[in-house]
Amino acid sequence: MRPRAHQTGTVAPSIPEQARGVRPRDAEIGPEATDIELTVNGTTHRVRVEPRVSLLDALRERLDITGTKKGCNQGACGACTVWVDGRRVVSCLTLAVACEGREITTVEGLADGDRLHPMQRAFVDNDAFQCGYCTPGQLMSAVALMAEGHTCDDAEIAEWMSGNICRCAAYPNIRSAIRQVRDTAEGTRKGGR
Amino acid sequence: MSTGSQIGRAVDRVDAHAKVTGTARYSAERRPPGTVHAVLVGAQVANGRVTDIDTSEAMAVDGVLAVLTHRELPRIATRPAVVPSLAGTSAHGQSLFPMQDDRVYYAGQPVAMVVADTLERAEHAAELVGVTYAVEAAITTIEQGRDEAFEPERIFGGIVPGRTERGDVAAGLREADVVMERVFHLAANHHNPIETSAATAVWEDSRLTLYDTTQGPTATRLSVAELLGIPPSDIRVVSEFVGGSFGSKAMIWSHPTLAAMAAQYVRAPVTLSLSREQMFTGSGHREEQEHTLTLGAREDGTLTALRHRKLSPTSCFDEWAEPSISPVSQLYACPNFEGVYNVFRANTMTPTFMRAPGEGSGAFVLETALDELAYELGVDPIELRLRNHADTDPETGDPWSSKGLRECYERGAELFGWGLRDPIPRSRRDGNWLVGTGMASAIYPVYTPMSPQRARARVYADGRAVIETGASDFGTGVGTIMAQVAAQALGMETEAVAVHYGDTELPNTVAAVGSAGAGAVSSAVHTAATALRERLVGQAVADPESPLRGADPAGVAVAEGRMFLREAPETGETYSDLLRRHMMFDADALGEWEPPAQDTGYGMATFGAQFAEVGVDPDLGLVRVRRLTGVFAPGRVLNRKTARSQLMGGMLWGMGQALLEATHMEPQQGRWANASLAEYLLPVNADAPDVEAEMIEVEDRVVNPLGVKGIGEVGQVGVAAAIANAVFHATGQRFHDLPITVESVLAKL
Ligand code: FES
Ligand code: FES
Repeated sequence: MRPRAHQTGTVAPSIPEQARGVRPRDAEIGPEATDIELTVNGTTHRVRVEPRVSLLDALRERLDITGTKKGCNQGACGACTVWVDGRRVVSCLTLAVACEGREITTVEGLADGDRLHPMQRAFVDNDAFQCGYCTPGQLMSAVALMAEGHTCDDAEIAEWMSGNICRCAAYPNIRSAIRQVRDTAEGTRKGGR
Repeated sequence: MSTGSQIGRAVDRVDAHAKVTGTARYSAERRPPGTVHAVLVGAQVANGRVTDIDTSEAMAVDGVLAVLTHRELPRIATRPAVVPSLAGTSAHGQSLFPMQDDRVYYAGQPVAMVVADTLERAEHAAELVGVTYAVEAAITTIEQGRDEAFEPERIFGGIVPGRTERGDVAAGLREADVVMERVFHLAANHHNPIETSAATAVWEDSRLTLYDTTQGPTATRLSVAELLGIPPSDIRVVSEFVGGSFGSKAMIWSHPTLAAMAAQYVRAPVTLSLSREQMFTGSGHREEQEHTLTLGAREDGTLTALRHRKLSPTSCFDEWAEPSISPVSQLYACPNFEGVYNVFRANTMTPTFMRAPGEGSGAFVLETALDELAYELGVDPIELRLRNHADTDPETGDPWSSKGLRECYERGAELFGWGLRDPIPRSRRDGNWLVGTGMASAIYPVYTPMSPQRARARVYADGRAVIETGASDFGTGVGTIMAQVAAQALGMETEAVAVHYGDTELPNTVAAVGSAGAGAVSSAVHTAATALRERLVGQAVADPESPLRGADPAGVAVAEGRMFLREAPETGETYSDLLRRHMMFDADALGEWEPPAQDTGYGMATFGAQFAEVGVDPDLGLVRVRRLTGVFAPGRVLNRKTARSQLMGGMLWGMGQALLEATHMEPQQGRWANASLAEYLLPVNADAPDVEAEMIEVEDRVVNPLGVKGIGEVGQVGVAAAIANAVFHATGQRFHDLPITVESVLAKL
């Protein structure tokens, strides 16, 4: 029905862009583990990783920041969606070492202290999940596509959210949640970045 | 002064906050200090023997602690037996446990396990394990195995007979004015929950803690105990958040036991997650199937005979087929029926429960055929179904415990606008789209647990309450309804009740399978909370210092955490007053619900009616579902919000079954060809239309104390037929094979 190649919901950083971020020291990173600094939700962590470690595994396995989920490890499900410098990426296909010096935002960074982000609130209100495993990725995409201006109508929302698979099939409720945020003033206050 | 009804309220999920903030810890995210990683190596061939395993390269990788093969892995204590998890006992998914000898029965069967300090190192080393096989020819598909088929005595873990008969089918077919025979083919399917199966094993002396992805913590406990040969009381299983299951985590597969064995071997906590690809050979599947349905009917549409044969592959060691024949036998009044399963041994793992196991496929077959009959006879499809309405259970003649199907047709037709339909195929267009509508019935049995179901309720002196059961919530919302049911019985607000679940340390409930979770858990919780209320009321009326002293307990009502005389509501006191006066910090009660005997003398099932509108692009072969409407009669509804989500999810699963989902076997290699989320097509947001799901409440006094029949699966049943019938209406072409693909549409248009 919907060719996978057509999914536009999540975008890994393109190689040229990563290359632009290479600093001289990075060029010397070999196969051995190396210490890098990752800034996640405003906090900078020092972590030792091999160059092959994905951002997803660095978050989950090294930093114990487990809100970001692994559904396929192949860029196909969107469960691992985070923002790198405000752009959404699938963290399973992003190398941790490529994120040094960048700002990483995960689902844990959405709420303002105890105050839920309007999109989180809308997901709760609209029962936009069941098992909740795809939810962090859905939220990161949903907030980003608000900021990108891709929420004009349901067809556009559905199209742009199609990189995030929900096996519980909460899709209509996810669309309602996004509409709720779009249609309330609060929603426009704090979008993605 | 009364607390409004807590049951039925559209309460937000109790775990909603944890799930949207990322603080919910799923099983693979529980990491005791020092945890190391295990990665499985699956067999590359579908049939044969392992003749050599070279582990030297893998062992040479930095950080690798062990490579375990059939040479190193301990032998299991008991050969596993396949018993459905609803039984409340051990619940092995298949009777083969890997790495016990050199035999390979299916591709993906684990032949080695690598343990290393980091995930990357374990994954890398797993690729370096060199396995040599003596390969034998494999059989994996119906085309290859058809001639080897036999009629099993029993299927589905031994609970369903291989053959069901009533009346005389040959005579029924002779009586018929119309006889139709149709052959259907349904592709194999995989559950694909977004969280893959995982287990973390931690030993402390002889005690084992497992963080497992499971629909039944107790089932994991009992199964692992049998395999390891240790007492179940030495095992604790925690499964608080589960990232979807749909049947893949209903039975217990080898990974929790393998994690425990690895942890024992390397003397450190071990975590083992299946990769997405391994999920296709690690937790069962819905088998490929071929159905032959013969039906006879009189000119007025009443059925005189149904004969149903199902052919499907099972594993080399178990006889499993999903029971597709049951819904065909039970949905309509038909005096003559014959249903026969045929299976053949194939080089796959044992198939397993997958959402609406059998009901989904059986209803597709029957409800497609009935639509054809409706067209053949020129009768409206709903009218045809009403003419065959089963007033009693056709299998036994017993009355239904409750039904509501007529009301579902009526309400569904009204919501959907069925009355406006011009039945002539290809009569409606919208631009280039051919538009059609179709409908079908839904049925799902009510299973009751076979063992007592327990819960504990506790009230604290500060006026809050806690309710506990061992059940796990894998997205069903069972935790939320626990709070609601307890609140109702205790006379409190749902928001004042905390819930604990998903842990074998808590009172035991059976695995939440077969849509029976809500019924079992709500019954246990209701029993426990009622017992606690009665205890506290009893204490108050016996207490000379209570305003309620000497009152008849039957005359005491509870609301807002306060006990009072029904006749004189101003006379009473709160639970807190009573507890504080007695220097009690809390009070609790264990409740045990004894389910009815398996033969209640009633037919028990949930019914529903499904409606679909599709657009078909005749040039591109695209089928788009434009809207779905379903109306169901699930007994008592405990939470309208989560119930609706369950039904909606089920209906969209039906859409996936109809149009997208297929796992393709590569017959030469005997391996699944599309074992990834990129190649196994699942509905995405842009595929999913808006869904209208309504519930009609019917009172049921038989199934359990609250009359809860379950909604997790019935939403899926019948959707594929409603869609296929709509495609016929749109195009004039019948589709008997699922999924209905672009290629198959183009071939017919
Ligand atoms: S885990 Fe990254 S896209 Fe699925
Ligand atoms: S909520 Fe379960 S996968 Fe989306």
